[in-house]
Amino acid sequence: MEIKKTAMAGTLESSDVQIMLSQGSDGITFDLVSDVAKQFDDAIKATITAVLALYGVDNAEVKVVDKGALDMVIKARAMTAVQRALDLADEPNWEVM
Amino acid sequence: MATEERLRRTMMFVPGNNPAMVKDAGIFGADSIMFDLEDAVSLDEKDAARYLVYQALKTVDYGDAELVVRINGLDTPFYQNDIKAMVKAGIDVIRLPKVESVEMIQTLEKLVIEAEKQFGREIGSTQLMAAIESARGVVNANAIAMASTRMIGIALSAEDYTTDMKTHRYPDGQELSYARNVILHAARAAGIAAFDTVFTDLNDEAGFYRETELIHQLGFDGKSLINPRQIDMVNKVYEPSQQEILNAQNVIAAIEEARQKGSGVIAMNGQMVDRPVVLRAERVMRLAKANHLVDMEGNYIEK
Repeated sequence: MEIKKTAMAGTLESSDVQIMLSQGSDGITFDLVSDVAKQFDDAIKATITAVLALYGVDNAEVKVVDKGALDMVIKARAMTAVQRALDLADEPNWEVM
Repeated sequence: MATEERLRRTMMFVPGNNPAMVKDAGIFGADSIMFDLEDAVSLDEKDAARYLVYQALKTVDYGDAELVVRINGLDTPFYQNDIKAMVKAGIDVIRLPKVESVEMIQTLEKLVIEAEKQFGREIGSTQLMAAIESARGVVNANAIAMASTRMIGIALSAEDYTTDMKTHRYPDGQELSYARNVILHAARAAGIAAFDTVFTDLNDEAGFYRETELIHQLGFDGKSLINPRQIDMVNKVYEPSQQEILNAQNVIAAIEEARQKGSGVIAMNGQMVDRPVVLRAERVMRLAKANHLVDMEGNYIEK
């Protein structure tokens, strides 16, 4: 699946994460900002990559600003962003949830 | 099942799109946690809130709290997807706002059954409750309370209701007196819980206690709350006195004695104990336990 439009989800409040997805051509590439990047950089990327894979997205530029979000928050925001980017917001893909 | 007696003193609102509040909602000791997908979430963020609450329900341990979600109303484009996501996540109770008729509950129930089938959840595992927010809702409260075997409670929502009645909220609550009594009777007749409205002025502690004492006296199960600070205040009002606890213990001891003797008649201090007295004693003991006033065996703990 190709990203149809640039989409964002999440806020910059504490415990949240803001994820922006836009079209890419070179696999999944990350631009990640987080106070806990040292410890959790890989985990955050893995969670987002896994959600993108569920939707069959192979190419995307992912901008992430993490404010100490739990894994379940990252998952929820990634899911919201990808459904928005694929224009699925009104007709969610229940199978992947 | 809907008849199961459980304490529902406090139902705390949690804005559905706020990760910090959603993840911490379980630590305040609310009897019920109500994730809000409706008024607390802006139109652009309805999908985001839905998936956040979904993920939270799947991963966060909220202990013994009853988990409730307020979905968007029947007349919104978010209604059906809210139901699907919440049923799939295994929510305990769906709270429908602005309920005015039996049909609204029946429509909800039909969609809930469909979702339970679609996602392989046990049919009947999702319970329902209605918020009454208008004159029409109050007029139809009896039928709404009995609209489905899945119903566990009805709640008064005073902001919309007072607007509908061409008034607003006053400190003495006179404007709500009819609605409160109607909703309470509808709930009791249907054997379900009755919840009072929120109290929004966080700085008016005396007003909060006045209102909570009033609804406690009327017989409400509890109250919807907007701030965790209010939980202890409600629990304090619902806390039984030492005398009430000792009395309840005597009643329960009398029941046990009668049971051991094989006698159907329960007597205490030479007087017969009626069923209402027994039910009240059991409720007092549940409240005492919840307020940590008795130990595991039911013995009173001196403060």
